[in-house]
Amino acid sequence: MPTLIRLIDGRFEAAEDRFTDLADDAELVAGPVILSLTRFQAESDALVTAGRQVGVRLAASEAVEDLAYDLPRLALVAPVFPKFRDGRAFTTATLLRQRLGFTGEVRALGDVLREQAFFMVRCGFDSFVPADGSTAEDWSRAAGRFRHVYQRAADDRAPAFVERAQ
Amino acid sequence: MYRYDAIDRDFLADRAAEFRGQVARRLAGELTEDQFKPLRLMNGLYLQLHAYMLRVAVPYGALSPSQMRAFAHIARTWDKGYGHFTTRQNIQFNWVRLGDAPDILDHLARHDLHAIQTSGNCIRNVTSDPYAGATADEADDPRVWSEVIRQWSTLHPEFSFLPRKFKIAITGSEADRTAAKVHDIGLVVRRAEDGELGFEVMVGGGQGRTPYIARTIRQHLPASRLLSYLDAILRVYNRHGRRDNIYKARIKILVASLGAEEFARQVDEEWARSGPEADLPDTELARIRGAFAPIAFEALPARSEALESAAASDRGLARFLRNNVKAHKRPGYAIVEIALKAPGATPGDASAEQMDRVADLAERYGLGDIRATHEQNLVLPHVKLTDLAAVYQGLSEVGLGYPNINLISDIIACPGLDYCALANARAIPVAQAIAERFADLDRAENVGELKVKISGCINACGHHHVGHIGVLGVDKKGEEYYQLSLGGSGAQDASLAQILGPALPADAVADAVDRLVETYLALRQDGERFLDTYRRAGMNPFKEAVYADAH
Ligand code: SF4
Repeated sequence: MPTLIRLIDGRFEAAEDRFTDLADDAELVAGPVILSLTRFQAESDALVTAGRQVGVRLAASEAVEDLAYDLPRLALVAPVFPKFRDGRAFTTATLLRQRLGFTGEVRALGDVLREQAFFMVRCGFDSFVPADGSTAEDWSRAAGRFRHVYQRAADDRAPAFVERAQ
Repeated sequence: MYRYDAIDRDFLADRAAEFRGQVARRLAGELTEDQFKPLRLMNGLYLQLHAYMLRVAVPYGALSPSQMRAFAHIARTWDKGYGHFTTRQNIQFNWVRLGDAPDILDHLARHDLHAIQTSGNCIRNVTSDPYAGATADEADDPRVWSEVIRQWSTLHPEFSFLPRKFKIAITGSEADRTAAKVHDIGLVVRRAEDGELGFEVMVGGGQGRTPYIARTIRQHLPASRLLSYLDAILRVYNRHGRRDNIYKARIKILVASLGAEEFARQVDEEWARSGPEADLPDTELARIRGAFAPIAFEALPARSEALESAAASDRGLARFLRNNVKAHKRPGYAIVEIALKAPGATPGDASAEQMDRVADLAERYGLGDIRATHEQNLVLPHVKLTDLAAVYQGLSEVGLGYPNINLISDIIACPGLDYCALANARAIPVAQAIAERFADLDRAENVGELKVKISGCINACGHHHVGHIGVLGVDKKGEEYYQLSLGGSGAQDASLAQILGPALPADAVADAVDRLVETYLALRQDGERFLDTYRRAGMNPFKEAVYADAH
């Protein structure tokens, strides 16, 4: 089973995954589930009204805006990195946090490597399923490597220009 | 000049420490080359034909003497005694050992230098006008905005894994010395009629196998809104740029396929949604601007009789003044261009000794300011007229006094097959052969401004698409051939060069260039440059001159 790492109150921790990540043709199981956008759109009403926690997996090519009206009902959104080089999910996460005000879990799925930790955290990801066997400790180290940042982003770090003004 | 503060320095130290750790893991075998490759590329370390190559950023081409000496030290200690200035105002060291790379980065960091974002699909080192702060014709100092962009783009959380690399050039001057129109984004700082400072924003220029001239998507972006607007452009590109084909992944392809109007509309829509939060606060802008505060130039006479009489008895100095010395905005000062293009030289190469000498001269006569140009030369932007003879003397002693700026032998050439793993053909020997053909400087001066640009393959690092004469190395059944093209320009009158005819073997290139030049001389009208004559007379006379024997 792949490890799940969560970032809670600034700490990276290995966590138990309560969600079942369902393929489109997989049978529905009990408990919290993660579905593709298509499946979610087809089955959402039944699932959410049943009081179940639901997450949506967003392919890199899918527009996060399509989820805008559903976000208050979602527990989790999971942008997928098809390859680590494909950076579209960074924009997806940023928009989720900064524009759409999503406060639930934003989970990184796919080709998720520790070398991306710094960027992912800054864009608002707070849970990670690493593809490189890295541990919560690795993530903590990788994400904390830089004492300063230059931009405002979806995390709460003060950029250099704010530090300088203090 | 902008001086790094404790925050900028911590940042570089953290980066160097991170890379040291990664190299240690690689050398210990914990990382395979495949795993290590993206990490080293993020630090500008390429694996080339014969060795590792380290590309070091020179943000907007501006260097202090101590930084230039740091390059000299690296060249001497960890390379073969020289470095190579590139068409992006950076410097490359071609013979680096992997195990030494962390020490080199540490040494760079001690001098506020680094290799961050000199490769990879991220926002690359921003380039700017080498005459910034010295030329009379600028609306604002583009270094201010270059520094703003340097900080904004450094490890940008959202835009570090773009579809492809991303290059930005800024000029504050209508005479474009940055090739802004063949960049992913070209910015021209201007004042509107009401005096408001703003940018013309041009997008989607580029070279490579599908060259484009950038299209203007905004005539006047208020300067204070620069970063939010750049965010909007990058966001549209990050979401919609192609990722299925490396050759179609640059923003130029997106802009061309959507059309500039539709691309602009999408950017505007995105920009309207994001609002001004992403813009830089005025206080930080003021802090950065303060770092480029106007220099207290001395009040000097506009002419120097001592210089004029020295030039009257020294033909070399006179020629240097004609070709390498440009007008400064203040009377009694001049801008000095240093050609890294002497006969037999590799365009852009400078030895450790030469770098040290440039640093010394900058310190002594140049207010401690040095620039690198995208044409692979160096500049001392602020030299007193009364010091020009001494500067010329000092440069000449180390082979840097060659007076050929903008002449036919001031050639841009990429590393080509001598170094580059992607090359089809060599570029450096072709440049040398052409330079040698026009070693007679009287003749070269008579020919006047003529920009020859040579690339060793279709990736066009040598800018052949925008050469008045472009030369492209191609592979013809395993042999090095060269395709000539005419009429390109990377300046404010940007245009793409058109192919002259079938490719030529290596030993025919200098001859062909010679015939092109003779044709121009026969056709030229008053004051025309080669480029102007070509534009007026068209391709045919040139084509006939080169291929007549073939019929
Ligand atoms: S143009 Fe081609 S040969 Fe020249 S440096 Fe670029 S990739 Fe290498």
